[in-house]
Amino acid sequence: MENKKNTSKDHQWLYSPSLESTSHIEIKDKYELFINNEWIAPTSNKYFDTINPADEKVLSKIAWANAQDVDKAVKAARKAYDEVWSKISAGDRSKYIFRLARMMQEKARELAVIETLDAGKPIRESRDIDVPLACNHFFYYAGWADKLDYAFPNQKTESLGVVGQIIPWNFPLMMAAWKIAPALAAGNTVVLKPAETTSLTALKLAEIIKEAGIPPGVINIITGHGDTGEALVKHPDINKIAFTGSTQVGKAIQKALVGTGKRSTLELGGKSANIIFDDAPIDQAVEGIVNGIFFNQGHVCCAGSRLYVQENIAEKLVEKLKHRMKSLILGNPLDKNTDIGAINTREQLQTIEKYIQIGIQEGSVIFQCEGALPAIGFYCKPTIFTNVSQSSVLSQEEIFGPVLTIQTFRTIDEVIQKANNSPYGLAAGVWTDKGSKIFNLTSKLKAGVVWANTYNKFDPASPFGGYKESGFGREGGMHGLGAYLKIIK
Amino acid sequence: MSNLEVLKTYKLYIGGAFPRTESGRFYAPVSKHGEVLGNICLSSRKDLRNAVVAARKAQGPWEERSAFNRSQILYRIAELFSDRKEIFLKEFQKQGSSPEEARLEFSTTLDRIVYYAGWCDKFNQVLSSVNPVNSSHFNFSTCEPMGIVALIAPQNTALIGLVSLILPALAGGNTLVALASETLPISAISFAEVLNDSDVPAGVINILTGKQEEIAPIMASHMDINAFISSDLGAIENAIAEACIDNLKRKFTYTEDFNQRESQGLTFIADLQEIKTTWHPIENIGGSTSTY
Repeated sequence: MENKKNTSKDHQWLYSPSLESTSHIEIKDKYELFINNEWIAPTSNKYFDTINPADEKVLSKIAWANAQDVDKAVKAARKAYDEVWSKISAGDRSKYIFRLARMMQEKARELAVIETLDAGKPIRESRDIDVPLACNHFFYYAGWADKLDYAFPNQKTESLGVVGQIIPWNFPLMMAAWKIAPALAAGNTVVLKPAETTSLTALKLAEIIKEAGIPPGVINIITGHGDTGEALVKHPDINKIAFTGSTQVGKAIQKALVGTGKRSTLELGGKSANIIFDDAPIDQAVEGIVNGIFFNQGHVCCAGSRLYVQENIAEKLVEKLKHRMKSLILGNPLDKNTDIGAINTREQLQTIEKYIQIGIQEGSVIFQCEGALPAIGFYCKPTIFTNVSQSSVLSQEEIFGPVLTIQTFRTIDEVIQKANNSPYGLAAGVWTDKGSKIFNLTSKLKAGVVWANTYNKFDPASPFGGYKESGFGREGGMHGLGAYLKIIK
Repeated sequence: MSNLEVLKTYKLYIGGAFPRTESGRFYAPVSKHGEVLGNICLSSRKDLRNAVVAARKAQGPWEERSAFNRSQILYRIAELFSDRKEIFLKEFQKQGSSPEEARLEFSTTLDRIVYYAGWCDKFNQVLSSVNPVNSSHFNFSTCEPMGIVALIAPQNTALIGLVSLILPALAGGNTLVALASETLPISAISFAEVLNDSDVPAGVINILTGKQEEIAPIMASHMDINAFISSDLGAIENAIAEACIDNLKRKFTYTEDFNQRESQGLTFIADLQEIKTTWHPIENIGGSTSTY
């Protein structure tokens, strides 16, 4: 393969491609539904294509589950709950989940490559972040299974039963792990529906589940579109729905659950503020801004998409940020040099492009990296907007792409008010060298996660989830168990 | 000198003042002995909105007070409540309780206030955690109040139901907009007088009287209320639950019999707390694992 040239005027260096090998991975031509540890053809006999967003080529065909298939999966999960998972010792539950974590680690590279192919995310991220975090999540919660009494001292807890879980396309395997691991540790069985554009790693996980000898029916994975998810939400024998996705769909799910007695946790959208004070370590802050908004092409619910910079350093900081953006490498997600991969779907690319147009129409000033985009595949240049007003669409609505709005502030009170002025409350970032200022901000920002002098860090032991319209319930840590247990008052 | 009794006017409690309803409307609930309890304010949408404005104004300062200070204020409520025992016993009986029932409701209510006063500066230690993350960061999770809590008091008790739901919200640093029992409203207003004479800042608790069917839907759809708590609302329960979804109010329905001594606990506080997780890098001087 020929050497690529970075076309930026400031960075005229060449670099050789460094493609991750795809020779050791196995993707079947067609995937069925995973129910009772068996591969079952969908009742409808319908399949849909899953494509690689980086080159638009079809990777595989995926089964499309309908309400009847959902019913089969729920029945399998119920039987497994009644007859096996609620009967075996907590210690054995623990050992099963540990085993799953270990077998995922053994296949980590294969999972990472498939994740990159199916989702378009840079291999560096899927290899170093998504897949390790997914494995670690199982490993962390495995140990909780026989220690639940310590999580809620002086209170009795019970598992819920069968849990329906619906996950998004931005962190496909990691979201599956965030959902399945705590549910299993708490003693529930699950029916998981991955997003329609990113089913593959969940289906690879299904292979591992079978290989690990997890009892049939404990984890069922059914693929499909929105109608599949809807059938799962409406199934009468589900005890709880756990959903990660858009605020709009989350509210629709919550409405469908009214009066059913089913529990729910929702992890929804965000428009998180990343705040830079004039005493911040500026080069580190620039890295934090880049990681905050361009990580995973900005397909991150907690992305630091609203940047607030103290006025006296704004000019300098924006210059440094532009300079840093020029050295971001956009292209083939499988290339280990790549910083910015492909946008997950054509539809999402159109949404992002629509917002970029809105930003321009609103009078904000756009800056994008130079250079041509690959001819095929879905790509979007890292984009920042200055001259953005607080009331603009661009600074209020979640874009879910590599688009940053930059505003300035003078005083700490002003920035607290601006940062909290959003219906969302998922995350926030604060950059300053002064500890007392950090604690002032972290206690006043209405957000479930606050990163101080860092951004977009995740860990199985760290609870994650939002305030306000970013949803409710926490995932991760001891608090994440609460989402899958009933507390007996 | 005549011995003519001076009758008490029962009004609303909003922002530390006792206004009449702006609507000018009233209703006249009757005790089970057939006695009219008084002309009670029939609160309107505007009263509720005023109460929310007062609560939002009070929220920040209340939440920022030290937990120890909140604990002292809640204990002060118990002191003043205890001091006014005779008034409450008389009102409970006026609303239909037997003398024995009245004494029991009073003592249970008093103990419940003391119980939650003691939780203020302890629940966060019990519910928080320092999280051992797999990277060079200090990471901890603590509780924060949800904000404004709308409360529909259980219908079947004069005070114990209301107090059992007010106190845990308050202990956790939330502010409240409460609707008293429709049929047994007068002790709720007398309790507001206790609150007003304690050191509870204006606006932290606001108490309305009126019709559950009228006020509950307005509370549920108000976009500046963060949580909604009540006993089972019967026929309107589902409609209320649906209205709460517009701004994703956290909604909890409690079916406990609050007359029972054991109908209290940490979960009532925990339900109205958000968990906030904070990360900060730990410098690894001379090492290669420092992250930012």
